[in-house]
Formats: sequence, structure tokens, C-alpha cells
Amino acid sequence: MINLVYLVPVFPLIGFLINGLGRNVWSKTLVSWIGSLAILLSFGLSLGIFFELQAATQKSFLVPIFDWISVGSLHIPFSFLVDPLSAIMLLIVTGIGFLIHVYSSGYMHEDAGFAKFFAYLNLFIFFMLLLVLGSNYVVMFIGWEGVGLCSYLLIGFWFTNGNYASAAKKAFVINRIGDLGFLLGVFLIYSTFGSVEFAQVFPQAALMAPGNATLALITILLFIGATGKSAQLPLFTWLPDAMAGPTPVSALIHAATMVTAGIYMITRSNILFTLAPFTTEIIAVVGLATAIVAALIALTQNDIKKVLAYSTVSQLGYMFLGLGVGAYTGAFFHVITHAFFKALLFLGAGSVIHAMHHEQDMRSMGGLRQKLPITFLTMLTGTIAISGLPPFSGFFSKDEILAHAYEHSPILWAIGVAGAMLTAFYMFRMLFLTFFGTFRGTKDQEKHLHESPASMTIPLVVLAILSIVGGFIGVPEVLGGHHWLAQFLSPVLAYTNAVAGETIPLDHATEYLLMCISVGAALISIAVAYVIYISRKAVPAADTEERSFLSNLSYHKFYIDELYSAIITRPLDIISQFFFKVVDKLGIDGLVNGIGTSAKEASKTLRLIQTGNVGFYIFMMVLGIVALLIYGFYHI
Amino acid sequence: MDILLLLLLPIAGAAITAIMGSSPKAKYAALASSLISLAYAICLVARFQPEAGTQFLVNQPWLTSIGINFKAGIDGISLLLVLLTNGLLPLIVLAGFKQHQSGAFYGLMLFMQAGLLTVFTALDAFLFYVGWEAALIPIYFICALWGGENRIKVNLKFFVYTIFGSLFMLLAIIYLHLQTPGKTYDIQDFYALNLDATTQGWIFWAFFLAFAIKMPVFPFHTWQPDTYTEAPTAGTMLLSGIMLKMGIYGVIRWLIPVAPLGFSQWGQTALILSIIGVVYAAVIAFTQKDVKRLVAYSSISHVGLISAGIFVWNVQGLQGAMIQMLNHGINVVGMFFVLDIIIRRVGTREIASMGGIAKSAPQLAITFLIILLGTVALPLTNGFIGEFLLLMGIYQYNLWLAVVAGLTIIFGAVYMLRMYQQVMLGEANKATEKFADLDFTEKGVLYIICALVILIGVYPQPILNISEPAVSQLIEVVNAKLLAR
Repeated sequence: MINLVYLVPVFPLIGFLINGLGRNVWSKTLVSWIGSLAILLSFGLSLGIFFELQAATQKSFLVPIFDWISVGSLHIPFSFLVDPLSAIMLLIVTGIGFLIHVYSSGYMHEDAGFAKFFAYLNLFIFFMLLLVLGSNYVVMFIGWEGVGLCSYLLIGFWFTNGNYASAAKKAFVINRIGDLGFLLGVFLIYSTFGSVEFAQVFPQAALMAPGNATLALITILLFIGATGKSAQLPLFTWLPDAMAGPTPVSALIHAATMVTAGIYMITRSNILFTLAPFTTEIIAVVGLATAIVAALIALTQNDIKKVLAYSTVSQLGYMFLGLGVGAYTGAFFHVITHAFFKALLFLGAGSVIHAMHHEQDMRSMGGLRQKLPITFLTMLTGTIAISGLPPFSGFFSKDEILAHAYEHSPILWAIGVAGAMLTAFYMFRMLFLTFFGTFRGTKDQEKHLHESPASMTIPLVVLAILSIVGGFIGVPEVLGGHHWLAQFLSPVLAYTNAVAGETIPLDHATEYLLMCISVGAALISIAVAYVIYISRKAVPAADTEERSFLSNLSYHKFYIDELYSAIITRPLDIISQFFFKVVDKLGIDGLVNGIGTSAKEASKTLRLIQTGNVGFYIFMMVLGIVALLIYGFYHI
Repeated sequence: MDILLLLLLPIAGAAITAIMGSSPKAKYAALASSLISLAYAICLVARFQPEAGTQFLVNQPWLTSIGINFKAGIDGISLLLVLLTNGLLPLIVLAGFKQHQSGAFYGLMLFMQAGLLTVFTALDAFLFYVGWEAALIPIYFICALWGGENRIKVNLKFFVYTIFGSLFMLLAIIYLHLQTPGKTYDIQDFYALNLDATTQGWIFWAFFLAFAIKMPVFPFHTWQPDTYTEAPTAGTMLLSGIMLKMGIYGVIRWLIPVAPLGFSQWGQTALILSIIGVVYAAVIAFTQKDVKRLVAYSSISHVGLISAGIFVWNVQGLQGAMIQMLNHGINVVGMFFVLDIIIRRVGTREIASMGGIAKSAPQLAITFLIILLGTVALPLTNGFIGEFLLLMGIYQYNLWLAVVAGLTIIFGAVYMLRMYQQVMLGEANKATEKFADLDFTEKGVLYIICALVILIGVYPQPILNISEPAVSQLIEVVNAKLLAR
């Protein structure tokens, strides 16, 4: 079945073509069936591949498709790599992708662009599958930019709204900044290793010395790529704006799959990063800083999707912290569990928004748990999971990252735990404001409150179950597990493990203590949120009210967008006008026209010599003859 | 004889359409002629052997008393440009199908085609120069007779600019001719000359000026935005899609191999000028208010990158330049056609007066987007193959130049998406709310262009294979000469 892997992306591509070309022909039911079935087929095939791989002794299969680009010594085949890492990603992308397709058939049902939406979603899955399947950096880059395109199309899905169109453009452009880093990294990889194929690059890299300067540069460039796609400092500002897209898009692209591409790419390239300690230090710090900054912003947001967006940025920060401290398995584990609970939370938020007729402000919600019981229970599950309470999935993955951070430096761990406290607080704040207390919306909204249809609630329930049990694939030994995930991924991390050697694990007492502290911290946060938003029934202030300085900073996202606008966007526009009006028009063109004008003036003047006076002509002739004689005298 | 036929077909077409005068059938004749030429070019491609060097050679005595022969041939480099010329011509004719131009218009267009094909196949410097000027005259009249309001003033500038450049080239050609032992204009004799480094430096600049103005390379570009903006759409397409490639081709075929020592002294200067142009023109494109001018500046930026890919003189850079010439031709013709459709319907070139077109014209929105993605080099579109190879070539020359040139990846997305947003997205206004979607011919042209954008992006190897042997051989020839010193 592994040699049929090319069919996995082909099904969504066919779905895209059928729905895209027939978008005005097929009925909505047919469209949703075609779109969903395409992904279901891919999922089924991915399952088959997964089990075949698990049973096989060989853990890495190269499946060539065709020769794509070949120039001089540069050969870039279009080929796929099936190994444990890509096999798991296939399952996540197609599995969660399928659930979100089903959900969309309910959520988007009233939308005029229904078929277009499904076509775009299929196209996204196609590119995402190329990203995870590519056996070299350039095929990965196809997917990398392709998902960016789909993200652009889906953020700007309702493009008649100018703000949404701007958000889409912003996402694409900021991603492109990262992509340039990625591309330069690929060039450096090629000039260093003579190939861009993973199977050629990694064995050569493994022979290099740790701290090698070239590797440091390669990894920094790749990491710049990752900061764009995975919304890390300083390039994270596009992701919150990306919430302009329909909610299923936020769940699929901007939470579960695309934004984790950076983590996937670094995990894939683990040996390069293991040998570049300078870069991993930077990654840990950037990841942690992002986790904290985003969590601080999330504290005061009132738009339910914005809270989740910043929480995504923050959780991605944790994953990068994991990568930075060498916990590749832990980071990837968090990718998996986060995909479950964050997709769940977004879809739950979508269900709320659906019920509220496109209201997203939590100040107008409240008390929804009676009217939306399934949505409430599933979102509660997701909230507990993200807050890191055992035995829900988020606990295991976050704990693994934090434990490695502690091994690396207790300070990183302490800040990480502080961030986790913030997480638990703002997540429960969101839950309490939305589902508890009394309803604060309009009478009209209240009358129409309803639980969502089965097409939406079933995916919620499935994801809720996964959010609960998903953590069991990586139960650490200290809790009596075998950490199946670590064993399964070990072939992917073989070089890294060989270089890094066996790390001395923390003793069990310390591990228990760390777990207790982080769980305790989360519980305190939840209690605080409970007191504020349930006991005291606090409701966030209206936008007109005065805020304290700190609250203002958080509410206005630390003014980062304003800062970028002031130091990048506006100066560039001014430079543009300067180049156009001054350098181009006055300078270069002025010079060119000046030459033209002076030629004209000169000819006007010279024309005056032609006086018609024969005597003057003879005089000039004599002058000329004399000049020639003098010239001849000296040269002959 | 093959090349004679190749050149005579469009001339015959030109004669026929010119005779037809204002007959409404002239455009069909022009289309038929261009399609026959295309079919013939495809025949040549089918018979072409990439490994076998120059083929279809013709070497007829012409003005033997002054050493001029009619010598022309096709190698992989020429073939791609022949294919570009003959492939784009039918599309350009079709794009203007609704305007009912007179036979003279099409006659000039087809005559220009013959001039362009001469440039791309000539192996005799004099013949090359004849083609060079023969291509200029028709486009001058096309722009002067059918252009916009300021056409006369703008056109004069364009004409003087290019003639100025050509003069230096002519001087260089005559000088080289006088140095050859047999007093010929044969390219092989030019290649064989062993001039000293200083002289080659002069030769380099004389040629470079002509070619740099034609492309155009910063800072020789100021004729271009005005001309592209004022020219009739077919003229803009001919200029940007095909004619500027004469300059790029000239650098590859004549400039560097004829004056390798000039190149080794001044190549880096030319490279840096090209890269300045990439960023400079892109930044200017950010805030343009006229859509045609915006795309004109973006073309300067893209051509700067192609030029830079040549001056780094390695196989990736050159192959990137070769395929990107083709891609740029396809994309820029598509882009100007889309703009022509929009400008005619909205009645203005002002970006600010547009917006919300995507809602009423989804077909246009999709085709426009695909062409735009090709222009901003999204993977699996043709532009990516070109820019990837070009940037990789530049990277192998110098990391920092690649970083600066790579800004095009970001800046291209900025100005193109800004334009797309302001033109196509947002709310419709009075001028755009009843925008009619593509009609039959428009669909035909744009579907073909979009298909090419994706096809070349997915499977570029057949095209790369055509030019690779010729490119590698040329690099070897020049490098051998450089090493010999």
C-alpha cells in the first residue's frame, strides 16, 4: 500500500477539480459528499499505510513520481517519503481534515460560495499532503507555499469585506518573508551537501561537528521560515487576523495543520538542528517568548476566535520551546494533541457563533450551556485538555516539553509553567463567559439559540474523545507507560539520538514534583477564573471604558501591528514615492531629458553659425585647413 | 532553408494583411499567419536535436564585397526564443480581436515578428543588427499610430533611447568586423578574436548599453513605464512579452562570448545594476496608481532578475534565465491582457476607481489570480521554476546578492496582491458593479495562458532539456577563454 501513497494527495486534487469546475452545477449535498469522500479515501489509504509501516521492518520508503527539475548537477525529483513522521502527519491531516469537511457541510450550508469553499478545502489538503510527503526540501516547499495560497484564499473567502481581504493579503505577505528564509536555507543546503534530498543531506550532516557555522546558518534560515508559517515572534501577527476566515478554516488550517508545518519541518530536519546548539537556543527563547506574549494578549480578548487564535500562537510557542530544548518527540506529541483539542475548540466556537448568528463577542454571550449542551460538554473537554489537567491529552504532551525544558534550564521551565497558568486562566475565562452566567445578547438572538445539527456535533464528539484519550500514545515511563510515540518516531530521530547519546532522565521524584506543580498551578488559575467570572459575575469592559496601562497593552496586542506599520509599511511606501517621484522622474529621467534638451539647445545655437555670409564660411574653412596642417605636422 | 521559411512566413503574412487594408477579415488572416508560423516552429522543435549544437544552418553569400553573409542557425537557446515569439503572436493577435484593427496594424505586427526571429537566429552580426532595427520600426508605428494620448512625446523618447543604444552597438560591430582577419561579420570570427582587455571593456559597454536599454536594466529604464502605459495593448504585449528578450538574448549570444574579458571586468557592475533594478522597481510598484504602470515597473523588476541570472554565468542562472524568458513572456502577456479587459470595461487605468470586480466576474478573477501567482512565483507555476533557478544561480555567486534579489519574493507578493485586492476584491462601485465576465475569445486566450502557467510549473523538464546543452557549451567556451588569460 505504501507504493500507492501518491494517491493520498491525488484524491483531494480530484475533489478540488470536480468541485471547482462544477461549482455552479452540482447541488450542495453532492458537493459536500464529493469533498468529504475525497478526504475519507485519503484517510483510509493513510491508515493502511500507517499499519503497513508499523508492521514493516524497514521504516523509510522513498516513492519516486517523476523528475521535476534537473539542471546541471541539481536534481530535484518529485518524490515522496513515507516514514513514521510523515505517516502520522498523514493521519492527522486527512483524519481531522475529514471531520472538518463533515462539519463544514453543516456550518457553511447557507453560504453562496459553498462549492468554492469545499474546492479550496480540498486544495488545501492536497498541498498539506505534499508538504508532509515531500522527500526533499523543494517538494516540501511546494506544499509550504501552496498551503499559504489556500490560507490566503480562505481567509479572504468573504472578499467583499475589505478588512478580510486585507487580512488575507497580510497572511500571504508575512508568510513570504519566512519563505524567503526557507528558500535561502534550501540554497545553502544544496551548496553544502550537493543535494536537497533528505536521504542525501541528513547522513552527511550527521558527520559534521556540533556548532558548525554552516549548519548554524542553515538552521537559522529554516527557522525564519518556520516563524512565518507557524506564527512565532516576530512574524506572528498574521494569525490572529486570519480569523477573518470561516471558522472551519481556522480549525483546520490555522490551528490543527498548516501552522504546525514549521514544527514538522524542524522535526524532519532534527539532525541539522541538534548539531546547531546556537540555533536551538534561539528557538527555545523565541518559542517561550511567543508563548508568553500571546498568552498575555489572550487574557483580555473578547472575540472568542481571537482568544483561540492567540492561544494557538501560544501553544505553537510551547512546541518551539520543545524543539529548542531537543524534545523533538515532545514537540511533535504536542502537535498531535493540540491538533485534537484546538480543532475541537475552534469547531465548538464555530458552533457557538453559528447559534449566535455570527456574533463572536463573548460580552454578548453567557449561559449558553443549557441551549448548547453538546457544544458545552465538548468544549469543556477541550478546555481541560489545553489547560494540562490529567489524564486529558494536553497534560502528557505539555508535561513532556516542560520536563525537557527543566533539564535544559529550570528558568525556562518556570516561565513555561507561568505561561501554562495564563493558559488555564484565559481558557476558563472564555468557557465561563460563554457558557455560564446569564445570556447577554439580544432578545432576537436568544430566541434563535439552538444546538447545531448532527453534521457539526458528531465531529465535536469525535474530537472530544480524541482530546481525552489522545495523550495515551505517549504516556511516560514514570507514569507506567511505554511512550509508544517515542518508540515509533525513533527511526526518524536516529541520527539525533546517536549524536546526543542517552540523556540522563530526571529522577522520578523530580518528575512527580514538576507534574504536581504544573497541575497545581493550572488548578489555581482555574479557581481564580471561577471566582472572577462566576462568583463575581464579572463581564469584560466595553471598548469605550478606560483601561489600565497593562490592560491596554494586552488588549491592543502590545501595539505590535501599529509598530510594524510605523517602522516598515509606511516607510516603504514613502520610499516608494521617493524613488518614483524624485529618483526616477526628477533624477534619472531629468538627466535623460536634460541630455535631449541640451542637444536641442546646442543645435539652436549652432544653427546661428549658418549665417549665409560667404566670407564667414571661407574664414571657417581656412581655420579648418590650418588645424589639419597643424595636426599633420605633429603626427607625420 | 528552414530558417528562410521561418522568416518568410510572417513576411508573407505581413504582406497579405497589409494589402487587405481596412477589411474586417484582416485579423483572421493575421491569426492564420501566426498560427502557421507557430505550427512551423513546433515542427522545428520536433526535429530539433538538443545535443547536436546549431542546426538548420543557412549560410548564403549576401553582400560578399563587404563581408556580409546571410548566416543563421538555431541552437537550444535560439529555439526557445523562436518558440516564444511564434507562440505568443497568435495570443497577442487574438487578444486584440475585438478591436477590429486594420490590416496595416497586423502587417506591422507580423513584420516585427520576422525582425524578432531574425535577431534570435542570426549568426552574422550584420544580419543581427538588421533584425534588431527591423523589429523596432514596426513597433514604433504601432505605438505612434494606435497609442494613448501622450503617444507622440512618449514614443519619441522610446525611439531616441533605443536608437542611442543601438548606435553604440553598431560602432562595436563595425570595429569588431575590422579586427577579423577575413573582414567578416561571422559570429565565430568574432568569438575567435583575441582583443586586449581594455578594448573588450569598451566592446562590453557598447553592447551592454544597447541591450540594457532594451530590457531595460536600471538605470536605463525610464522610457519603459511611459511607453508600456501609452502603447496600445498589443504593442505593450509585443514590447514586454517578446521584444525585451532581444536584449537578454543579445547578452547571452553576443555580449559575453564576444567580450569575455570585458565581462570579467564589468560583469559584476552589470550584475549589481540588475539587482538594484529588481528591488528599486519593485518598491516603486508599491504605490503606483495606474495599473499598467504598476505592471510596467514589476516587469523591470522581473527582467532585472533574469539579467542578474545571466551575469552570474553559471548553469542554474542561465537555465533559469532561459526558462524565465519564456515564462515572463507568457505571464506578462496574460497580465496585460487582463488589465486591458478591465480598463476597457471600467474606462480608466486608475486603481482607485476599481474594486469588487471578482464578485461579478468570477472567471476573470480566477484566471487573473493564476497569472498573478505565476508572476509571484508560487511553486507549481512557471514563475517558480524560473525564479528558483535564477536565485539559486545568484546564490552560488554570492549569498548577499541572493538575499537582496530574493526580496522580489516578498515585494512581488506585496504589490501584486495589493493590486489584486484593490482591483478585484472589496465592494463593487458604480463603475464595476455591472462588470461583464469573460467572453468567448477572452476565455480562449486566458485559459491557454493559465494552462501554460501550470503546465510549465508542473513539468518544466522538456523545456529545460532543449536549452541545457547549448547553455553548458556556451559557458564552457567562455570559461575556457577566461582561463586562457
